Amino acid sequence: MTKPWISLSGIGAFAVLLLGVAPFVLTDHWLNNLGKYCCWAIAAVGIGLAWGRGGMLVMGQGVFFALGAYSMAMHLTLETAGDRIPGFMVLYDPLAPLPAFWEPFRSAGFTLLAIVVLPVVLAGVLGYALFKRRVKGAYFAILTQALAVALAILISSTIRETGGDTGLSDFKYFFGYVLNDPANKLMVYLIAAGLLVVCLLAVWQLYRSRFGELLVATRDAEERVRFLGYDPANVKLVAFVVSALMASIGGAMFVPIVGIITPAEIGAAASIMMIAGVAFGGRASLFGPALGAMAVGWGQSSLGSTWPEGWTYILGLLFVVVILFLPNGLSSLPARIAAARRKPDPQPTPAAPAAAVLEEVRS
Amino acid sequence: MHVDALIAPLLNGSAQGALLLLAALGLSLTFGQMGVINMAHGEFLMIGAFAAYLVQQVITASDLSIPVALPVAFVVAGLFGLLLEVTIIQWMYRRPLDTLLVTVGVGLILQQAALQIFPSQGVPVEKPGWLDGQLNILGYEWPLRQLFTILLATVCVAALSAWLKYTSFGRRIRATVHNRDLAETSGISTRTVDRLTFFTGSGLAGVAGVAASLIGGTNSQMGAQYIIPAFLVVAAGGIGQLKGTIIAAWAVGVALSYFAYWTTGSLAQVLAFILVIVFLQLRPQGLFTVRTRSLA
Amino acid sequence: MTGTSLVVTDLCVEFSGFVAVGGVSFDAHPGEVRFLIGPNGAGKTTCIDAITGLVKGTGSAKLGEKELLGRQVHRIVRLGVGRTFQTASVFDELTVLQNLDIAAGRHRSSTSLLRSRRGTDPSIELALEETGLTGELATPAGILSHGQKQWLEIAMLLVQDAKVLLLDEPVAGMSQDERTATGELLQRIAAKRIVVVVEHDMDFMRRYATRVTVLHQGRVLSQGTVAEVQADPRVQEVYLGTADAMTEG
Ligand SMILES: Nc1ncnc2c1ncn2[C@@H]1O[C@H](COP(=O)(O)OP(=O)(O)OP(=O)(O)O)[C@@H](O)[C@H]1O
Ligand SMILES: [Mg+2]
Repeated sequence: MTKPWISLSGIGAFAVLLLGVAPFVLTDHWLNNLGKYCCWAIAAVGIGLAWGRGGMLVMGQGVFFALGAYSMAMHLTLETAGDRIPGFMVLYDPLAPLPAFWEPFRSAGFTLLAIVVLPVVLAGVLGYALFKRRVKGAYFAILTQALAVALAILISSTIRETGGDTGLSDFKYFFGYVLNDPANKLMVYLIAAGLLVVCLLAVWQLYRSRFGELLVATRDAEERVRFLGYDPANVKLVAFVVSALMASIGGAMFVPIVGIITPAEIGAAASIMMIAGVAFGGRASLFGPALGAMAVGWGQSSLGSTWPEGWTYILGLLFVVVILFLPNGLSSLPARIAAARRKPDPQPTPAAPAAAVLEEVRS
Repeated sequence: MHVDALIAPLLNGSAQGALLLLAALGLSLTFGQMGVINMAHGEFLMIGAFAAYLVQQVITASDLSIPVALPVAFVVAGLFGLLLEVTIIQWMYRRPLDTLLVTVGVGLILQQAALQIFPSQGVPVEKPGWLDGQLNILGYEWPLRQLFTILLATVCVAALSAWLKYTSFGRRIRATVHNRDLAETSGISTRTVDRLTFFTGSGLAGVAGVAASLIGGTNSQMGAQYIIPAFLVVAAGGIGQLKGTIIAAWAVGVALSYFAYWTTGSLAQVLAFILVIVFLQLRPQGLFTVRTRSLA
Repeated sequence: MTGTSLVVTDLCVEFSGFVAVGGVSFDAHPGEVRFLIGPNGAGKTTCIDAITGLVKGTGSAKLGEKELLGRQVHRIVRLGVGRTFQTASVFDELTVLQNLDIAAGRHRSSTSLLRSRRGTDPSIELALEETGLTGELATPAGILSHGQKQWLEIAMLLVQDAKVLLLDEPVAGMSQDERTATGELLQRIAAKRIVVVVEHDMDFMRRYATRVTVLHQGRVLSQGTVAEVQADPRVQEVYLGTADAMTEG
């Protein structure tokens, strides 16, 4: 709140690096990878908003990621197939028609609308129902994770309609542009990176707004907020919906960049990996979630393929070590070191704030 | 014939529910009584299953090995739980959501370790001969394997509730749950209580693992598939309510098997999940609730 | 609107069979400092909980013409009923100004919620002055002294423009000077608003109460001015252990 310009210039520098520098210094392969990390980072920014600032541990962001990703993938699949029925469907049943829910995704406009509207509607309905009934904490986390598991199972088992475990892939066109063309690949990357910057700007404004303060207040003492005449359900709902929208946008851009979407990218494990990045970077900070997600994304796609055993251990340890010793992630490290320097004997962590205690006992 | 189609899933579902209950029982203790959300509970179940496999490597007669494996799995999984409590969870009692995430990490590590120690496609656990065959009850053939799961779940529930009710340790657990500060000032070592509770809860996961190994495959992924359903069962039953957990587990098991009968196995899972979520929507506190005065 | 009163009639609250409040009636008007006293567990906090919608109660609690019981917590607040808690509950991570700003915010439009704050509302400045917190504007609420936290809570009620202030043990843990300051503050506030104070401190009650309601085991034991209540033999009996506190000085 005190130094808006520092954060803003941070976003500016980040934008210059992503949009201005990276395309010139990175190989096509790495630029494509960076684009993928940007998609996870977009989802992570949303998680930072919902979890870091709003206290809602969203363990099923894969669901919203999937809404965006599969909307986009269906459109690109149809665009590639032209008038014919997509190849994988023919494999399973050559005579059956295109499933009805695919039909509208022929339209580019409808697809873009779906990427925005579907997550907003689903998160809106779900969030309204859960928050009004005061479902929170671990319950909320487990329920959202259950949804991600359910959706992944559903997609796996509907092979002809969604491609099942093999997913949707082999896209040739992206809204009329040939995806193989390096220039178009660069364009797709720039869109993803640009969207990440836009999302950062959006949460920057949200965090410094009165709404941001209200969200933190709701996180720390929901009941107290109620006694100020607000309905905390509405406050949380806004944050949850925005985070779902961001996950969907990340998912939508993931598809043209990576070229394939499968249930594995949206299920429980994938949703947990999105959380890992946010926890690592710093859940409540502005840049932490995005940078953390990029770091974890890098680990996943490089270490994850060259040294899979090691990577899983690292991911597991990352959860344990970071959450246990550095709950606010790497971004809180400088402040911690500074604090440790100032007073050599570190104070024990203060007891839960009175307001939070009230929250605990009243709920 | 017509009736059979309705009854068969009921039998099958009761067995599924029993397995779910076994998996949820330990959770209802650690989550319900202590408020700890242990996402590695599924991996403790996996440890129990692998323990059964290892016991069979020593005692090759499968008729004997499974009865031996049950207590072994209880102790081994329990010790893992104890280790987790002592090294990590005891520092986090005031941060339930963070505990959840830390144990997600622990679960990942345990899964990967199992993947490296054991063949990646999993290991076979021999079913004892006395589990083959069927028993005729009320004109229906019950596979003994299913009856065994139901029996095991019944025994575990009975043992657990007797332990909570009649032993001094059980009473101490309940006292601690009721009012931690008061328990402490009246001389109960809440630390010991916490540890023992966690040991028991994790041990029960081990027992569930043995039962699961007799029904499905034993591999590094097996725990992950139980954790969410088990949590949903505990939540739907009502926190800390054994009675509720039992009913919820049975209901979910039966629902699963009816859905599977009408549709497909995977769609059944989706439907069962949705059913529980909708139920929790209607009754966020679960089937049964205890009202306590929490603000002194 | 100075005529609006809070009228509680036959309020009952039951916790799975246990009657915490069994038919309590009292009223409070602007211009007086109304005290609610009683031994531990008498049901004072529960009364306030029921009036503010935190627990379900039967009977009636009317603010002017409007029935409060049965409404949702935040709707009751929007009718102008504010409260504090036995344990001070402010947003520790936010500054005093941010705390007050949130309290003042329920009248704002949703678009203004999305903007950052520029300047300080006049109502906030007024409340700061009233409670003597002007110097602490930028202090995180978590590091305020206990007394200051209570004042911040009262200030939050003021900017919230509450017509009714229900204060649950506002001077518990305060020094003598702080008590005096709080008492005088309450009297100033009470000129235009309804102030109901739950207290254990008899000395404080004697100095600042206009009228007193004594609760015991969920029922009204006695009601009236300080002198009347003190003279009531039933009250003395209930307060046997603390009888000295009732009669002394
Ligand atoms: N949520 C609840 N569930 C069960 N019993 C409750 C609940 N809330 C209050 N009680 C009981 O109601 C009675 C009145 O409690 P209350 O907190 O209103 O007393 P009080 O007058 O405010 O006491 P104190 O002076 O100690 O604050 C007590 O016996 C208490 O145990
Ligand atoms: Mg009280």
